[in-house]
Amino acid sequence: MIARFALLLMLAAPALADSNLPPSEWADRQLPDARQEAAATALMEDIRCLVCQGQSVADSDAELAGDMRALIRERIAAGERPEAVRAWLVERYGDWVSFEPPMKPLTWPLWLGPLAILAAGAWLAARKLKRPK
Amino acid sequence: MRRRLLLLVPLALLALFAAVAWWRLASPPDNVIRSKLEGQKLPAFVLPAALPGRAGLDSAAFVDGRPRLLNIFASWCVPCIAEAPVLLELERRGVTIEAIAVRDRPTDVAHFLDRHGDPFQRIGTDIDSKVQLSLGSSGVPESFVVDGRGVIRFQHVGPISPADIPTILAELEKAR
Repeated sequence: MIARFALLLMLAAPALADSNLPPSEWADRQLPDARQEAAATALMEDIRCLVCQGQSVADSDAELAGDMRALIRERIAAGERPEAVRAWLVERYGDWVSFEPPMKPLTWPLWLGPLAILAAGAWLAARKLKRPK
Repeated sequence: MRRRLLLLVPLALLALFAAVAWWRLASPPDNVIRSKLEGQKLPAFVLPAALPGRAGLDSAAFVDGRPRLLNIFASWCVPCIAEAPVLLELERRGVTIEAIAVRDRPTDVAHFLDRHGDPFQRIGTDIDSKVQLSLGSSGVPESFVVDGRGVIRFQHVGPISPADIPTILAELEKAR
């Protein structure tokens, strides 16, 4: 039974939403320059995949994510700064595409909320821990 | 009395949490990613022809004073098949449609056009999705209304359905 099920699984083809072309050259290949590769990888982990929206392009298996990795590697290999590549993507897809939210009025609660909650907790704890007179 | 009320705070927080969870589960946020380039100039690109004997597509083609529809499609894209007859109808109504085939092979594009019709003026081939990414597009099919000065006026994400024809025509008219 299990063997038959396993066989069925092997025969099952995933739904084809991908092209017939191989991945881009730099989608899954490291740059020869280790420092550039490190910069590219750091950026890839910080850029959101447009297909699997919870994943970074470094984690995603989607074809478009591969093309985005290739784009990032090629631009960094050409000497572009990672922040410039990020800005290029944000210009097209909005702040959404970057996992690092910018500091602006709309995102103040996001940045300051945790600090405020921590401060409130500290205040509560301080009150509780004070020795009764 | 004040202490009693304070005890209700966690319950209130729980109720708030449940309400937010209920709301977001019942109406999930829209996860369509729109291009931020609406209202901006079409990025410069030059694409070779997607199949032999046809013209390739470059951004310079969009500045001759006529508004156009730029359709991003692929032969491997299933919703593009559903969109094909609608594009033919738009062409019949006089819309100039330029196309970009994403991650495609000439034989596959030719086969797709044979089977589903060919409403396109020019077809550029975007092997590694670079031009698609430069347009702020996140999938196939997508369409852009580009005015006669090469400015993106409107983006349609997903297949254009028959019900979308009036919108597309109106946007093209506005771009005139």
